[in-house]
Amino acid sequence: MISVSHLSKRFVLHNQGGAEIPVLTEAALTVAPGECVALTGASGSGKSTLLRLLQGNYVPGGGSLVVAGLDLATASAREVSALRRGTLGYVSQFLRVVPRVPAVEVVAEPLAALGVPEEEARARAEALLARLNLPERLWPLSPTTFSGGEQQRVNIARGFVHPYPVLLLDEPTASLDPVNRAVVLDLIREAKARGAAVVGIFHDGPARAEVADREVDVSVFAPRAAS
Amino acid sequence: MSGVTESDPPLLSVRGLTKSYGGRIGCAGIDLELWPGEVLGIVGESGSGKSTLLACLAGHLEADAGTALYAGRDVLTLPEPARRRLGRTEWAFVHQHARDGLRMNVSAGGNVGERLMAGGARHYGDIRRTAEDWLARVEIDPARIDDRPSQFSGGMQQRLQIARGLVTGPKLVLMDEPTGGLDVSVQARLLDLLRGLVRRMGLSAIVVTHDLGVVRLLADRLMVMKDGRAVETGLTDRVLDDPQHGYTQLLVSSVLPT
Amino acid sequence: MTDYNFAYLDEPTKKMIRRAILKGLAVPGYQVPFASREMPMPCGWGTGGVQVTAACLMPKDVLKVIDQGADDTTNAVSIRAFFARVAGVATTTRTAKASIIQTRHRIPETPLREDQILVYQVPIPEPLRFLEPRETETRRMHALEEYGLMHVKLYEDIARHGAIATSYAYPAMVNDRYVFDPSPIPRFDNPKLESPAIQLFGAGREQRIYAIPPHTRVVSLDFEDHPFEASKADGVCALCGAEDSYLDEIVADDAGTRRFQCSDTDWCAERRA
Repeated sequence: MISVSHLSKRFVLHNQGGAEIPVLTEAALTVAPGECVALTGASGSGKSTLLRLLQGNYVPGGGSLVVAGLDLATASAREVSALRRGTLGYVSQFLRVVPRVPAVEVVAEPLAALGVPEEEARARAEALLARLNLPERLWPLSPTTFSGGEQQRVNIARGFVHPYPVLLLDEPTASLDPVNRAVVLDLIREAKARGAAVVGIFHDGPARAEVADREVDVSVFAPRAAS
Repeated sequence: MSGVTESDPPLLSVRGLTKSYGGRIGCAGIDLELWPGEVLGIVGESGSGKSTLLACLAGHLEADAGTALYAGRDVLTLPEPARRRLGRTEWAFVHQHARDGLRMNVSAGGNVGERLMAGGARHYGDIRRTAEDWLARVEIDPARIDDRPSQFSGGMQQRLQIARGLVTGPKLVLMDEPTGGLDVSVQARLLDLLRGLVRRMGLSAIVVTHDLGVVRLLADRLMVMKDGRAVETGLTDRVLDDPQHGYTQLLVSSVLPT
Repeated sequence: MTDYNFAYLDEPTKKMIRRAILKGLAVPGYQVPFASREMPMPCGWGTGGVQVTAACLMPKDVLKVIDQGADDTTNAVSIRAFFARVAGVATTTRTAKASIIQTRHRIPETPLREDQILVYQVPIPEPLRFLEPRETETRRMHALEEYGLMHVKLYEDIARHGAIATSYAYPAMVNDRYVFDPSPIPRFDNPKLESPAIQLFGAGREQRIYAIPPHTRVVSLDFEDHPFEASKADGVCALCGAEDSYLDEIVADDAGTRRFQCSDTDWCAERRA
């Protein structure tokens, strides 16, 4: 489902004399359906960068980056949008939503974009929020006012509300209590069981050990310190 | 697998759109494409040419060169009657200042009903019911249907302007700084509303703004303009999170953290 | 009489006005610009109508002038006297005997004939004016037949008053093409705009002439659920007992007693004769 080869990424800061910050070089990664791969490496080694490249959020510098048959290095913006809509789920660490939208709608929104009838989308969103133990009184409220753990669960629900064939998870269990952490790990296992290819960053070592089939150390893709 | 092919016809296809004011460039060589259901954000600072571009597309200004194909016709050279008919049926324009887009001495219902009546609606009761329905959709109490826009707050006026434009079910909406001049909390409400309407009606929209927060929440794709030219285009989050052009980097880094 | 050209205006001016009239007749309802002249009376007294009348008058014409239906009000008397003096034409108060009738704010009750010309004095020729003040824009709206705004005006009426409250200068569509302002005649008179007579409209200050040729379709604008109604005061004429003529309400004495009487003085007098 995911096939990365010879991938490089550097940032060029045009307003700071064209300073270049190389982050990845010759990165390679393959993830099969039903498999969960954990990205590891020290902080700053490029885990998040690789995840964002997989999500289409960053522009690949070189090499190829094929997700579900689409090479993100050459795909058009619309193709990436369509990939994200139906195929590529993403659970971010940060919640970015229009301030006034109720949590339940934030979660149901990806389904609405896929044309799922409003009531069904809502029901599925509610079921997931219930499973993640988000108090029902919070559902009609905007998550912008929620605590970190509550926001995180809204993010997770949004990423799992549709059975995406590819899932990218950025610290999905951070700031969760043990009960909800267990729910998230169950969700990941279920996703794998239905054949989803999962790539995640887990600082939570035990969680990583529970769901990840393999670990890929991103620091081996770090450019030589010579530069 | 992605469900999208580049052979899908775009709703609007602009090539080489150019407009000068005497010797000064308004916008130059602009290419853009807009697909059904898509929102394109155009950002840049004052004088970058983004409003000129929008005004040319809307027919408020005459372009010097270029084409803009919509439904197989070049709207830049469309005869005026057809152009204006398009402007009150399949297209809508949302002005930054609601008073430029509303008739301030006509009731809210009359404002919303005008496009219907222009299209031949001649049943008062039906027009009124449609207007009430639209007021509710833009979160204005339908009981205020007979009030004039001058009695409304700035945010309400802007929502009324949107209802007035969308009542005929247009395919394409052009918005010029739709949240400009509104309080932050009012902006959020308007953005939420616009997102919902765009989604439910399957609208395509071009939103011109200098507010990167607005496009992050509203636009699928982004075009960054500087000195009349498009310096960068792409997925909104990609352009904002991994800007490639020096100017975009400057623009993004200039935003105060929220 | 030697001090004036016939009917006061010089011949080239009359020719210019006649050209505007002919154009107006050729394009029914279209407002034709013309070079309005200074007349020996102030604008607002009917200078547009007077110029049109002057351009139409022939020595054998018989002229009638009415103001709000009456032949004996200041405006009517003055204009009648003016033409009697500068054109030497015969004048009358009898609708049936007149060949040219200049009017302010009424159409006579007596049905007009094909050999008659009705000349209206028009204060504001543009029906869209109060909703769209830009002349450039209103002309474009006429050119492109964009008349949605006219219905907005009627919509506003109903929204505010429960019914179309426009009771005079009621807009109508001429010959299925131009929306026009019939001058401030009561809407009671609108059905009479479809007439065998030639109808000419002159706006002096605004420098516009427009026309309705004989037997031309004139449709008053309305809504399906609020159809046009040619309304009048609910009463009968205290003088002639007419129930179907347009009535003026008159305070009859110091006690405030009110009564109705025909606005068309000639018609009322004929009925009583």
